[in-house]
Amino acid sequence: MPVAATIRSLGRAGLFSLSVLRASRPTADFLAELVREIYKIGARSLPIIAVGGAFVGLSLTLLGYRALETYGASNQVSILVGLGLYRELAPVLTALLFVGRAGSSIAAELGLMRATDQITALGLMAIDPVAKAVAPRFWAAVITLPLLVAFFASFAIAASWFQGVQVLGIDNGMFWQAMKDAVDFHDDFATSFVKAAVFGGTAALVASYVGYHAEPTIEGTSVATTRAVVNASLLVLMFNFVLSAFLFR
Amino acid sequence: MTEHDAIAVRLSGVRLDRGERTILSGLDLAVPRGSITAVLGPSGSGKSTLLSALTGELVPAAGTVEVFGRPVPRRQRELLELRKSIGVLLQGNGLLTDLTVAENVALPLRMHTRLPRAVVDRLVEMKLHAVGLRAAADLFPRELSGGMARRVALARAIALDPPLMLYDEPLTGLDPIASGVIMNLISELNDNLGLTSIIVTHHVHETLPVADRAIVIANGGIVFSGTPAELEASDDPLVRQFLRGEPDGPIAFDRAPRTEAA
Repeated sequence: MPVAATIRSLGRAGLFSLSVLRASRPTADFLAELVREIYKIGARSLPIIAVGGAFVGLSLTLLGYRALETYGASNQVSILVGLGLYRELAPVLTALLFVGRAGSSIAAELGLMRATDQITALGLMAIDPVAKAVAPRFWAAVITLPLLVAFFASFAIAASWFQGVQVLGIDNGMFWQAMKDAVDFHDDFATSFVKAAVFGGTAALVASYVGYHAEPTIEGTSVATTRAVVNASLLVLMFNFVLSAFLFR
Repeated sequence: MTEHDAIAVRLSGVRLDRGERTILSGLDLAVPRGSITAVLGPSGSGKSTLLSALTGELVPAAGTVEVFGRPVPRRQRELLELRKSIGVLLQGNGLLTDLTVAENVALPLRMHTRLPRAVVDRLVEMKLHAVGLRAAADLFPRELSGGMARRVALARAIALDPPLMLYDEPLTGLDPIASGVIMNLISELNDNLGLTSIIVTHHVHETLPVADRAIVIANGGIVFSGTPAELEASDDPLVRQFLRGEPDGPIAFDRAPRTEAA
Protein backbone atom coordinates (compact mmCIF):
# COMPACT_ATOMS: atom_id res chain seq x y z
CA MET A 1 0.00 0.00 0.00
CA PRO A 2 1.46 3.40 -0.87
CA VAL A 3 2.61 5.53 2.06
CA ALA A 4 0.08 8.31 1.38
CA ALA A 5 -2.82 5.87 1.42
CA THR A 6 -1.61 4.31 4.68
CA ILE A 7 -1.31 7.72 6.34
CA ARG A 8 -4.75 8.68 5.03
CA SER A 9 -6.35 5.56 6.42
CA LEU A 10 -4.59 5.99 9.78
CA GLY A 11 -5.89 9.56 9.86
CA ARG A 12 -9.42 8.37 9.11
CA ALA A 13 -9.19 5.74 11.85
CA GLY A 14 -7.96 8.42 14.28
CA LEU A 15 -10.83 10.76 13.40
CA PHE A 16 -13.29 7.88 13.72
CA SER A 17 -11.91 7.10 17.21
CA LEU A 18 -12.34 10.75 18.20
CA SER A 19 -15.90 10.75 16.89
CA VAL A 20 -16.65 7.68 19.05
CA LEU A 21 -15.36 9.47 22.15
CA ARG A 22 -17.26 12.65 21.24
CA ALA A 23 -20.48 10.67 20.71
CA SER A 24 -20.22 8.98 24.14
CA ARG A 25 -22.81 10.71 26.30
CA PRO A 26 -24.41 8.91 29.23
CA THR A 27 -28.03 9.25 28.07
CA ALA A 28 -30.70 6.72 29.05
CA ASP A 29 -30.63 5.28 25.53
CA PHE A 30 -26.84 4.96 25.63
CA LEU A 31 -26.89 3.20 29.00
CA ALA A 32 -29.59 0.77 27.83
CA GLU A 33 -27.51 -0.06 24.72
CA LEU A 34 -24.40 -0.38 26.89
CA VAL A 35 -26.02 -2.95 29.17
CA ARG A 36 -27.27 -4.91 26.16
CA GLU A 37 -23.81 -4.90 24.57
CA ILE A 38 -22.09 -5.92 27.82
CA TYR A 39 -24.42 -8.91 27.91
CA LYS A 40 -23.89 -9.70 24.22
CA ILE A 41 -20.12 -9.38 24.01
CA GLY A 42 -19.26 -10.02 27.65
CA ALA A 43 -21.60 -12.53 29.24
CA ARG A 44 -21.84 -14.61 26.09
CA SER A 45 -18.02 -14.81 25.86
CA LEU A 46 -17.75 -16.38 29.33
CA PRO A 47 -17.82 -20.05 28.25
CA ILE A 48 -14.89 -19.73 25.82
CA ILE A 49 -12.97 -17.60 28.31
CA ALA A 50 -13.49 -20.21 31.06
CA VAL A 51 -12.47 -23.13 28.86
CA GLY A 52 -9.52 -21.22 27.36
CA GLY A 53 -8.31 -20.13 30.80
CA ALA A 54 -8.54 -23.63 32.26
CA PHE A 55 -6.47 -25.20 29.49
CA VAL A 56 -3.84 -22.45 29.61
CA GLY A 57 -3.56 -23.02 33.38
CA LEU A 58 -3.14 -26.77 32.88
CA SER A 59 -0.50 -26.40 30.15
CA LEU A 60 1.44 -23.72 31.98
CA THR A 61 1.58 -25.78 35.16
CA LEU A 62 2.73 -28.89 33.34
CA LEU A 63 5.38 -26.96 31.42
CA GLY A 64 6.62 -25.09 34.52
CA TYR A 65 6.61 -28.19 36.71
CA ARG A 66 8.78 -30.14 34.28
CA ALA A 67 11.22 -27.27 33.75
CA LEU A 68 11.55 -26.46 37.46
CA GLU A 69 11.79 -30.12 38.47
CA THR A 70 15.29 -30.19 36.95
CA TYR A 71 16.41 -27.68 39.58
CA GLY A 72 14.40 -29.16 42.41
CA ALA A 73 12.11 -26.12 42.46
CA SER A 74 8.92 -27.68 41.17
CA ASN A 75 6.94 -26.45 44.19
CA GLN A 76 7.58 -22.89 42.97
CA VAL A 77 5.49 -23.44 39.84
CA SER A 78 2.67 -21.20 41.11
CA ILE A 79 5.03 -18.19 40.88
CA LEU A 80 5.47 -18.85 37.18
CA VAL A 81 1.74 -19.36 36.74
CA GLY A 82 0.74 -16.28 38.74
CA LEU A 83 3.21 -13.85 37.19
CA GLY A 84 2.88 -15.32 33.69
CA LEU A 85 -0.88 -15.09 33.79
CA TYR A 86 -1.37 -11.64 35.28
CA ARG A 87 1.48 -9.94 33.46
CA GLU A 88 1.11 -11.40 29.97
CA LEU A 89 -1.01 -14.42 29.25
CA ALA A 90 -4.37 -13.53 30.77
CA PRO A 91 -4.73 -10.05 29.16
CA VAL A 92 -3.29 -11.12 25.79
CA LEU A 93 -5.04 -14.47 25.41
CA THR A 94 -8.36 -13.11 26.70
CA ALA A 95 -8.06 -10.22 24.25
CA LEU A 96 -7.32 -12.61 21.37
CA LEU A 97 -10.27 -14.83 22.29
CA PHE A 98 -12.39 -11.68 22.65
CA VAL A 99 -11.31 -10.46 19.20
CA GLY A 100 -12.30 -13.79 17.66
CA ARG A 101 -15.62 -13.98 19.46
CA ALA A 102 -16.80 -10.39 19.96
CA GLY A 103 -14.62 -8.36 17.56
CA SER A 104 -15.78 -10.39 14.59
CA SER A 105 -19.39 -10.03 15.70
CA ILE A 106 -19.06 -6.23 16.09
CA ALA A 107 -17.58 -5.94 12.57
CA ALA A 108 -20.21 -8.24 11.06
CA GLU A 109 -23.11 -6.47 12.79
CA LEU A 110 -21.98 -3.01 11.71
CA GLY A 111 -21.18 -4.29 8.19
CA LEU A 112 -24.67 -5.72 7.89
CA MET A 113 -26.17 -2.52 9.29
CA ARG A 114 -24.36 -0.66 6.51
CA ALA A 115 -25.44 -3.20 3.84
CA THR A 116 -29.09 -3.10 4.93
CA ASP A 117 -29.35 0.72 5.02
CA GLN A 118 -29.68 0.82 8.82
CA ILE A 119 -26.76 3.22 9.24
CA THR A 120 -28.07 5.44 6.41
CA ALA A 121 -31.55 5.38 7.97
CA LEU A 122 -30.19 6.50 11.36
CA GLY A 123 -28.40 9.45 9.73
CA LEU A 124 -31.54 10.41 7.82
CA MET A 125 -33.54 10.32 11.08
CA ALA A 126 -31.04 12.87 12.46
CA ILE A 127 -29.66 10.21 14.83
CA ASP A 128 -25.86 10.01 14.98
CA PRO A 129 -25.08 6.41 13.88
CA VAL A 130 -21.77 6.48 15.76
CA ALA A 131 -23.51 7.44 19.02
CA LYS A 132 -26.23 4.85 18.53
CA ALA A 133 -24.32 1.88 17.11
CA VAL A 134 -20.60 2.31 17.83
CA ALA A 135 -20.09 4.13 21.15
CA PRO A 136 -22.00 1.57 23.30
CA ARG A 137 -20.02 -1.30 21.73
CA PHE A 138 -16.72 0.51 22.41
CA TRP A 139 -17.46 1.18 26.07
CA ALA A 140 -18.91 -2.29 26.56
CA ALA A 141 -15.58 -3.74 25.36
CA VAL A 142 -13.55 -1.40 27.61
CA ILE A 143 -15.63 -2.43 30.65
CA THR A 144 -15.99 -6.10 29.76
CA LEU A 145 -12.47 -7.16 28.89
CA PRO A 146 -10.97 -6.52 32.38
CA LEU A 147 -13.80 -8.60 33.86
CA LEU A 148 -13.16 -11.36 31.36
CA VAL A 149 -9.43 -11.25 32.22
CA ALA A 150 -10.36 -11.76 35.86
CA PHE A 151 -12.44 -14.81 34.87
CA PHE A 152 -9.70 -16.13 32.59
CA ALA A 153 -7.04 -15.81 35.31
CA SER A 154 -9.33 -17.33 37.97
CA PHE A 155 -10.10 -20.37 35.83
CA ALA A 156 -6.43 -20.72 34.85
CA ILE A 157 -5.27 -20.58 38.49
CA ALA A 158 -7.98 -23.02 39.59
CA ALA A 159 -6.90 -25.43 36.84
CA SER A 160 -3.26 -24.90 37.79
CA TRP A 161 -4.04 -25.72 41.44
CA PHE A 162 -5.83 -28.89 40.34
CA GLN A 163 -2.94 -29.95 38.12
CA GLY A 164 -0.16 -28.94 40.54
CA VAL A 165 -1.65 -29.92 43.90
CA GLN A 166 -4.09 -32.72 43.08
CA VAL A 167 -2.30 -34.38 40.17
CA LEU A 168 1.41 -33.58 40.54
CA GLY A 169 1.46 -33.53 44.35
CA ILE A 170 2.76 -30.02 45.14
CA ASP A 171 2.01 -28.96 48.71
CA ASN A 172 -1.23 -26.95 48.90
CA GLY A 173 0.09 -24.35 51.33
CA MET A 174 3.30 -23.91 49.34
CA PHE A 175 1.32 -23.45 46.10
CA TRP A 176 -0.74 -20.55 47.46
CA GLN A 177 1.99 -18.97 49.60
CA ALA A 178 4.50 -18.83 46.71
CA MET A 179 1.94 -17.23 44.43
CA LYS A 180 0.86 -14.74 47.09
CA ASP A 181 4.45 -13.70 47.76
CA ALA A 182 5.34 -13.29 44.09
CA VAL A 183 2.28 -11.55 42.67
CA ASP A 184 2.05 -7.89 43.64
CA PHE A 185 -1.45 -6.44 43.83
CA HIS A 186 -0.58 -3.11 42.21
CA ASP A 187 2.26 -4.02 39.84
CA ASP A 188 0.87 -7.30 38.52
CA PHE A 189 -2.80 -7.75 39.38
CA ALA A 190 -4.11 -4.19 38.81
CA THR A 191 -1.84 -3.65 35.80
CA SER A 192 -3.36 -6.61 33.98
CA PHE A 193 -6.72 -4.85 34.12
CA VAL A 194 -5.25 -1.66 32.67
CA LYS A 195 -3.84 -3.72 29.81
CA ALA A 196 -7.18 -5.45 29.36
CA ALA A 197 -9.09 -2.16 29.15
CA VAL A 198 -6.65 -0.88 26.50
CA PHE A 199 -6.95 -4.12 24.51
CA GLY A 200 -10.75 -4.05 24.78
CA GLY A 201 -10.92 -0.49 23.48
CA THR A 202 -8.46 -1.27 20.69
CA ALA A 203 -10.32 -4.39 19.58
CA ALA A 204 -13.68 -2.62 19.61
CA LEU A 205 -12.39 0.44 17.72
CA VAL A 206 -10.71 -1.65 15.02
CA ALA A 207 -13.75 -3.91 14.60
CA SER A 208 -16.14 -0.95 14.58
CA TYR A 209 -14.04 1.03 12.10
CA VAL A 210 -13.77 -1.74 9.52
CA GLY A 211 -17.40 -2.82 10.02
CA TYR A 212 -18.76 0.74 9.85
CA HIS A 213 -16.85 1.46 6.64
CA ALA A 214 -17.46 -1.94 5.01
CA GLU A 215 -18.61 -2.12 1.39
CA PRO A 216 -22.41 -2.45 1.59
CA THR A 217 -22.43 -6.01 0.24
CA ILE A 218 -22.27 -9.52 1.69
CA GLU A 219 -18.67 -9.81 0.46
CA GLY A 220 -17.84 -6.44 2.02
CA THR A 221 -19.12 -7.65 5.38
CA SER A 222 -17.09 -10.83 5.10
CA VAL A 223 -13.91 -8.89 4.25
CA ALA A 224 -14.55 -6.52 7.15
CA THR A 225 -14.92 -9.40 9.60
CA THR A 226 -11.63 -10.95 8.51
CA ARG A 227 -9.84 -7.60 8.63
CA ALA A 228 -11.23 -6.89 12.08
CA VAL A 229 -9.88 -10.14 13.52
CA VAL A 230 -6.46 -9.91 11.81
CA ASN A 231 -5.83 -6.22 12.47
CA ALA A 232 -7.15 -6.23 16.04
CA SER A 233 -5.13 -9.35 16.95
CA LEU A 234 -1.91 -7.83 15.61
CA LEU A 235 -2.56 -4.54 17.37
CA VAL A 236 -3.23 -6.34 20.66
CA LEU A 237 0.12 -8.14 20.38
CA MET A 238 1.95 -4.91 19.48
CA PHE A 239 0.32 -2.90 22.26
CA ASN A 240 1.09 -5.71 24.70
CA PHE A 241 4.79 -5.34 24.00
CA VAL A 242 4.65 -1.55 24.36
CA LEU A 243 2.63 -1.68 27.59
CA SER A 244 4.81 -4.44 29.08
CA ALA A 245 7.94 -2.42 28.29
CA PHE A 246 6.54 0.58 30.16
CA LEU A 247 4.60 -1.08 32.97
CA PHE A 248 6.97 -3.86 34.07
CA ARG A 249 10.51 -2.54 34.66
CA MET B 1 -49.21 32.64 1.34
CA THR B 2 -46.47 34.14 -0.83
CA GLU B 3 -45.08 32.38 -3.87
CA HIS B 4 -41.94 31.75 -1.83
CA ASP B 5 -43.91 30.04 0.96
CA ALA B 6 -45.87 27.95 -1.53
CA ILE B 7 -42.74 26.11 -2.63
CA ALA B 8 -41.49 23.27 -0.42
CA VAL B 9 -38.39 22.31 -2.42
CA ARG B 10 -36.54 24.41 -4.98
CA LEU B 11 -33.51 23.47 -7.06
CA SER B 12 -31.77 26.21 -9.03
CA GLY B 13 -29.04 25.41 -11.54
CA VAL B 14 -27.98 22.32 -9.59
CA ARG B 15 -25.18 20.05 -10.74
CA LEU B 16 -24.58 16.79 -8.89
CA ASP B 17 -21.29 14.90 -9.16
CA ARG B 18 -20.19 11.54 -7.78
CA GLY B 19 -16.42 11.72 -7.61
CA GLU B 20 -15.18 13.00 -10.95
CA ARG B 21 -18.37 12.04 -12.78
CA THR B 22 -21.29 14.45 -13.32
CA ILE B 23 -24.55 12.57 -12.74
CA LEU B 24 -27.08 15.37 -13.19
CA SER B 25 -26.69 18.95 -14.34
CA GLY B 26 -28.78 22.03 -15.04
CA LEU B 27 -31.51 21.00 -12.59
CA ASP B 28 -34.21 23.63 -12.05
CA LEU B 29 -37.21 22.43 -10.11
CA ALA B 30 -39.91 23.82 -7.80
CA VAL B 31 -42.06 21.40 -5.78
CA PRO B 32 -45.27 23.07 -4.46
CA ARG B 33 -46.29 22.50 -0.85
CA GLY B 34 -48.92 19.83 -0.37
CA SER B 35 -48.25 18.18 -3.72
CA ILE B 36 -47.17 14.68 -4.64
CA THR B 37 -44.37 14.83 -7.18
CA ALA B 38 -43.23 11.73 -9.01
CA VAL B 39 -39.60 11.77 -10.08
CA LEU B 40 -39.43 9.16 -12.82
CA GLY B 41 -36.58 7.80 -14.84
CA PRO B 42 -34.81 4.63 -15.86
CA SER B 43 -32.45 2.83 -13.47
CA GLY B 44 -29.12 4.61 -13.15
CA SER B 45 -30.50 7.93 -14.37
CA GLY B 46 -29.63 9.72 -11.09
CA LYS B 47 -32.99 9.73 -9.27
CA SER B 48 -31.52 8.55 -5.96
CA THR B 49 -28.64 11.01 -6.41
CA LEU B 50 -31.23 13.79 -6.60
CA LEU B 51 -32.76 12.51 -3.35
CA SER B 52 -29.32 12.54 -1.70
CA ALA B 53 -29.03 16.23 -2.53
CA LEU B 54 -32.38 16.97 -0.85
CA THR B 55 -31.32 15.23 2.38
CA GLY B 56 -27.90 16.90 2.40
CA GLU B 57 -26.02 13.62 1.94
CA LEU B 58 -24.61 14.93 -1.33
CA VAL B 59 -23.47 18.53 -1.64
CA PRO B 60 -24.21 20.01 -5.10
CA ALA B 61 -21.16 20.81 -7.20
CA ALA B 62 -23.05 23.89 -8.44
CA GLY B 63 -26.36 25.65 -7.78
CA THR B 64 -28.56 25.71 -4.67
CA VAL B 65 -31.04 23.31 -3.10
CA GLU B 66 -33.64 24.92 -0.82
CA VAL B 67 -36.05 23.12 1.47
CA PHE B 68 -38.87 25.27 2.86
CA GLY B 69 -37.09 28.41 1.73
CA ARG B 70 -33.76 27.61 3.41
CA PRO B 71 -30.68 26.30 1.63
CA VAL B 72 -29.78 22.75 2.70
CA PRO B 73 -27.05 23.41 5.31
CA ARG B 74 -23.60 21.84 5.13
CA ARG B 75 -22.79 22.04 8.85
CA GLN B 76 -23.60 18.75 10.53
CA ARG B 77 -25.59 20.19 13.44
CA GLU B 78 -27.86 22.32 11.21
CA LEU B 79 -28.23 19.44 8.77
CA LEU B 80 -29.46 17.13 11.54
CA GLU B 81 -32.02 19.79 12.51
CA LEU B 82 -33.27 19.97 8.92
CA ARG B 83 -33.53 16.18 8.72
CA LYS B 84 -35.97 16.15 11.62
CA SER B 85 -38.41 17.85 9.25
CA ILE B 86 -37.85 15.36 6.42
CA GLY B 87 -39.17 11.80 6.49
CA VAL B 88 -37.36 9.38 4.21
CA LEU B 89 -38.57 5.95 3.15
CA LEU B 90 -35.52 4.07 1.92
CA GLN B 91 -35.57 1.38 -0.73
CA GLY B 92 -34.05 -1.07 1.78
CA ASN B 93 -36.36 0.14 4.61
CA GLY B 94 -33.42 0.51 7.03
CA LEU B 95 -35.35 -0.98 9.98
CA LEU B 96 -33.09 -1.74 12.94
CA THR B 97 -33.13 -5.53 13.12
CA ASP B 98 -32.50 -5.78 16.87
CA LEU B 99 -35.55 -3.64 17.70
CA THR B 100 -39.20 -4.62 17.46
CA VAL B 101 -41.60 -2.86 15.12
CA ALA B 102 -42.86 -0.62 17.94
CA GLU B 103 -39.31 0.17 19.11
CA ASN B 104 -38.34 1.09 15.54
CA VAL B 105 -41.24 3.52 15.21
CA ALA B 106 -40.58 4.91 18.70
CA LEU B 107 -36.87 5.51 17.97
CA PRO B 108 -37.11 9.02 16.43
CA LEU B 109 -39.65 10.03 19.09
CA ARG B 110 -37.39 8.86 21.91
CA MET B 111 -34.30 10.47 20.42
CA HIS B 112 -35.78 13.85 19.47
CA THR B 113 -38.56 14.52 21.98
CA ARG B 114 -38.90 14.47 25.74
CA LEU B 115 -42.36 12.99 25.68
CA PRO B 116 -43.30 10.65 28.53
CA ARG B 117 -43.14 6.93 27.79
CA ALA B 118 -46.94 6.57 27.79
CA VAL B 119 -47.34 9.33 25.19
CA VAL B 120 -44.64 7.80 22.98
CA ASP B 121 -46.37 4.42 23.21
CA ARG B 122 -49.69 6.01 22.24
CA LEU B 123 -48.10 7.85 19.30
CA VAL B 124 -46.44 4.64 18.11
CA GLU B 125 -49.81 2.91 18.27
CA MET B 126 -51.36 5.71 16.19
CA LYS B 127 -48.60 5.62 13.57
CA LEU B 128 -48.86 1.85 13.26
CA HIS B 129 -52.63 2.14 13.02
CA ALA B 130 -52.18 4.66 10.19
CA VAL B 131 -50.32 2.04 8.16
CA GLY B 132 -52.61 -0.80 9.26
CA LEU B 133 -50.06 -2.66 11.36
CA ARG B 134 -51.07 -2.12 14.98
CA ALA B 135 -51.13 -5.87 15.57
CA ALA B 136 -47.49 -6.23 14.44
CA ALA B 137 -46.06 -3.97 17.17
CA ASP B 138 -44.17 -6.72 18.97
CA LEU B 139 -42.78 -8.46 15.90
CA PHE B 140 -39.17 -8.14 14.79
CA PRO B 141 -38.35 -6.94 11.24
CA ARG B 142 -37.21 -10.46 10.24
CA GLU B 143 -40.75 -11.70 10.93
CA LEU B 144 -42.36 -9.27 8.46
CA SER B 145 -43.14 -9.65 4.77
CA GLY B 146 -41.64 -7.14 2.31
CA GLY B 147 -44.84 -5.10 2.17
CA MET B 148 -45.26 -5.05 5.95
CA ALA B 149 -41.63 -4.00 6.48
CA ARG B 150 -42.14 -1.15 3.98
CA ARG B 151 -45.23 -0.01 5.90
CA VAL B 152 -43.36 -0.12 9.22
CA ALA B 153 -40.59 1.97 7.68
CA LEU B 154 -43.29 4.38 6.50
CA ALA B 155 -44.76 4.57 10.02
CA ARG B 156 -41.27 5.35 11.36
CA ALA B 157 -40.68 7.98 8.66
CA ILE B 158 -43.85 9.86 9.69
CA ALA B 159 -43.23 9.44 13.43
CA LEU B 160 -42.14 13.06 13.91
CA ASP B 161 -44.87 14.38 11.57
CA PRO B 162 -42.37 15.76 9.04
CA PRO B 163 -43.85 18.25 6.55
CA LEU B 164 -41.78 16.74 3.72
CA MET B 165 -41.69 13.05 2.78
CA LEU B 166 -39.18 11.54 0.37
CA TYR B 167 -39.78 8.05 -1.00
CA ASP B 168 -36.89 6.21 -2.65
CA GLU B 169 -38.26 3.46 -4.90
CA PRO B 170 -41.12 2.62 -2.50
CA LEU B 171 -42.46 -0.20 -4.68
CA THR B 172 -39.26 -2.12 -5.40
CA GLY B 173 -39.59 -5.79 -4.48
CA LEU B 174 -43.33 -5.59 -3.74
CA ASP B 175 -46.12 -7.58 -5.36
CA PRO B 176 -48.95 -5.69 -7.13
CA ILE B 177 -51.27 -5.84 -4.08
CA ALA B 178 -48.61 -4.56 -1.66
CA SER B 179 -47.68 -1.88 -4.24
CA GLY B 180 -51.30 -0.73 -4.38
CA VAL B 181 -51.48 -0.60 -0.57
CA ILE B 182 -48.29 1.48 -0.34
CA MET B 183 -49.39 3.94 -3.05
CA ASN B 184 -52.79 4.39 -1.34
CA LEU B 185 -51.04 5.00 1.98
CA ILE B 186 -48.72 7.58 0.44
CA SER B 187 -51.69 9.39 -1.09
CA GLU B 188 -53.82 9.24 2.08
CA LEU B 189 -50.99 10.35 4.38
CA ASN B 190 -50.19 13.23 2.05
CA ASP B 191 -53.78 14.44 2.08
CA ASN B 192 -54.61 13.73 5.72
CA LEU B 193 -51.40 15.08 7.25
CA GLY B 194 -50.91 17.93 4.77
CA LEU B 195 -47.49 16.69 3.65
CA THR B 196 -45.43 17.40 0.58
CA SER B 197 -44.27 14.15 -1.03
CA ILE B 198 -41.56 13.39 -3.56
CA ILE B 199 -41.61 9.85 -4.92
CA VAL B 200 -38.51 8.68 -6.74
CA THR B 201 -39.41 5.61 -8.77
CA HIS B 202 -39.31 3.83 -12.08
CA HIS B 203 -42.78 2.32 -11.47
CA VAL B 204 -44.59 4.76 -13.78
CA HIS B 205 -48.03 3.21 -14.02
CA GLU B 206 -48.50 2.66 -10.28
CA THR B 207 -47.24 6.13 -9.34
CA LEU B 208 -48.86 8.48 -11.87
CA PRO B 209 -52.45 7.94 -10.60
CA VAL B 210 -51.61 9.45 -7.18
CA ALA B 211 -49.15 12.11 -8.39
CA ASP B 212 -50.00 15.79 -8.93
CA ARG B 213 -46.84 16.43 -10.90
CA ALA B 214 -44.35 14.30 -12.78
CA ILE B 215 -40.71 14.86 -13.64
CA VAL B 216 -38.72 12.60 -15.92
CA ILE B 217 -34.95 12.37 -15.47
CA ALA B 218 -32.80 10.90 -18.22
CA ASN B 219 -29.53 11.55 -19.99
CA GLY B 220 -28.14 13.63 -17.10
CA GLY B 221 -30.99 16.11 -16.64
CA ILE B 222 -34.72 16.79 -16.39
CA VAL B 223 -36.32 15.98 -19.75
CA PHE B 224 -39.95 16.50 -18.75
CA SER B 225 -41.83 18.45 -16.08
CA GLY B 226 -45.59 18.73 -15.93
CA THR B 227 -48.78 17.00 -14.86
CA PRO B 228 -49.28 13.25 -15.23
CA ALA B 229 -51.87 13.93 -17.96
CA GLU B 230 -49.35 16.05 -19.87
CA LEU B 231 -46.78 13.32 -19.46
CA GLU B 232 -49.06 10.68 -20.88
CA ALA B 233 -50.01 12.97 -23.75
CA SER B 234 -46.42 13.91 -24.51
CA ASP B 235 -45.11 13.05 -27.95
CA ASP B 236 -41.50 13.64 -26.98
CA PRO B 237 -39.69 10.53 -28.32
CA LEU B 238 -37.61 10.26 -25.16
CA VAL B 239 -40.68 10.36 -22.88
CA ARG B 240 -42.54 7.94 -25.13
CA GLN B 241 -39.63 5.50 -25.05
CA PHE B 242 -39.55 5.58 -21.24
CA LEU B 243 -43.32 5.24 -20.79
CA ARG B 244 -43.57 2.37 -23.27
CA GLY B 245 -40.40 0.67 -22.06
CA GLU B 246 -38.81 0.47 -25.49
CA PRO B 247 -35.15 -0.65 -25.62
CA ASP B 248 -34.30 1.57 -28.62
CA GLY B 249 -34.61 5.33 -28.58
CA PRO B 250 -33.00 8.51 -27.31
CA ILE B 251 -32.36 6.99 -23.84
CA ALA B 252 -29.28 4.81 -24.14
CA PHE B 253 -29.96 1.42 -22.53
CA ASP B 254 -26.25 0.71 -22.20
CA ARG B 255 -24.59 3.82 -20.79
CA ALA B 256 -21.09 2.37 -21.03
CA PRO B 257 -19.00 4.19 -23.62
CA ARG B 258 -18.72 2.29 -26.89
CA THR B 259 -15.87 2.38 -29.32
CA GLU B 260 -16.99 2.14 -32.88
CA ALA B 261 -15.01 0.34 -35.53
CA ALA B 262 -13.25 2.68 -37.87
